[in-house]
Amino acid sequence: MLLEVANLVVRYPLPGGLFFRSRRFVEPVKGVSFRIRAGRTVGLVGESGSGKTTIGKAVVRLIAPHSGEIRYRQERIDGLSGARLHPYRKRVQMIFQDPHNSLNPRLSIARILGEPLEIHFPALRAQERRSRAADLLRRVGLPSDSLDRFPHEFSGGQRQRIGIARALAVEPELIVCDEPVSALDVSIQAQIVNLLQDLQQELGLAYLFISHDLAVVEHMSDEVLVLNEGRIVEAAPPEELYRNPKNEYTRKLLAAVPSL
Amino acid sequence: MPDPNATPLLEVSDLSIEFESAERTVVAVDGVSFSMAAGSTLAVVGESGSGKSVTALSLGRLLPSPPARIRSGRVVFEGIDLLTLPEPALRHYRGGKIAYVFQEPSTSLNPVFSVGFQLSEAMALHRHDLADRRGAGLAALTEVGIRDPERCWRSYPHELSGGMQQRVMIAMALVCRPRLLVADEPTTALDVTIQAQILGLLREIRSRFGMAILLITHNFGLVKGFADHVVVMFRGKIVEQGPTDSLLASPRHPYTQALIACVPRLGDSKKRLATIDYARLDSLLTPS
Repeated sequence: MLLEVANLVVRYPLPGGLFFRSRRFVEPVKGVSFRIRAGRTVGLVGESGSGKTTIGKAVVRLIAPHSGEIRYRQERIDGLSGARLHPYRKRVQMIFQDPHNSLNPRLSIARILGEPLEIHFPALRAQERRSRAADLLRRVGLPSDSLDRFPHEFSGGQRQRIGIARALAVEPELIVCDEPVSALDVSIQAQIVNLLQDLQQELGLAYLFISHDLAVVEHMSDEVLVLNEGRIVEAAPPEELYRNPKNEYTRKLLAAVPSL
Repeated sequence: MPDPNATPLLEVSDLSIEFESAERTVVAVDGVSFSMAAGSTLAVVGESGSGKSVTALSLGRLLPSPPARIRSGRVVFEGIDLLTLPEPALRHYRGGKIAYVFQEPSTSLNPVFSVGFQLSEAMALHRHDLADRRGAGLAALTEVGIRDPERCWRSYPHELSGGMQQRVMIAMALVCRPRLLVADEPTTALDVTIQAQILGLLREIRSRFGMAILLITHNFGLVKGFADHVVVMFRGKIVEQGPTDSLLASPRHPYTQALIACVPRLGDSKKRLATIDYARLDSLLTPS
């Protein structure tokens, strides 16, 4: 098993308590368990506020869980911090919803792709980093002469491709995709979904695919987790979830998908 | 069935709009013609850059000029050409008879004023007949399905969720009793569940108040069950238009076919999604 999450709870303290630590908190994730196999996709679907992004952030350890266990290849990573997380960051990457805000506007594409290479492959020389960056661009379907251009010169779909290339730079095994296509036109959404599926085939990547859109999640996933108010209310393979939804909330999500 | 001989509510004919900059001129809308009957719904479907939003904004002359320039065409609303109307007379239409709801409710509302203040402001401009603005505003908030209108009236935009903010925008449009509501990607920033609610709400108020709705969207998935007619735009031109049911059942233009095919459907998981072959479309569209 690549990733195992057991009884994950995430809490954020609420402001207040001038002299003592605040006792009040919100709990966006209330005991969530799931597993991801190497090379497979687990979809996480739910509305705004269901806790799905928080789960994604806890998995990549952008935030620390309050309790519960996260194991990566049998190893506990939920308690690690600082430099001890470094090897994990090379294995697990994240791509974000908004391709406009997730790329630094002042860095060229060569720098954006070069930074993770510099950190995780320090032995590479500048010229080697550049040629790797060009390979990454080709892999995500962008011309390699894009290297010296800047994020604003690209469309939303192209920027999402750059975000994917940046995640691929460290040669990860698992990518957490947080609403990667929600900000895109449906026509561009289809291209990115296909690209993610192609990359999975070629590189054996595993995905935790997060979205509010059940139609997209169903398309991507081997297993779908339906999240409501911080808890998983249903977990099933996509065909089963679609044909025979057991939970009332799942039915509500299915009904909301526009049909053609 | 509307009388085909009656004057249409809106008639756009041969509309062309270009954007000028120092280096070049871009034609954003190129010879677009369509019309809408009173109380009807029309969906304009196209991708980013197709000219659909520019078309919608031009109806209320909301495009900044320069850089935008109307090269040709007429926008006739209730028999009046809006493009040649002097600015003071236009204000009677813009926001009043033609109301807008935009994609991003959080940036459409002013963050420093309460919902009540902003609703009152809209009524002060367009509803001189109203004696009790507060009462009318609260009624509009109720009409858009807000359960505690009093509380919403006192709220500031940041205190509301995206779906609630969009309801407030719709209420603000409604209080002016428009004849045409232009909804430019009204649900793109929202969750699928909230999207379904907002589209349901628009359908409901349309039948209750008999206003026409012009829906701008990139997603063919939203069109069925919502619009009577569809206009498909690609690179500034209308490539196909017709009644929704027949257009969805047998789209004729290859671009329409491609745009319909790339909508993910429930129940065919893991299949490859169709994408649009732009190179092929270009070769089809360019006269050789």
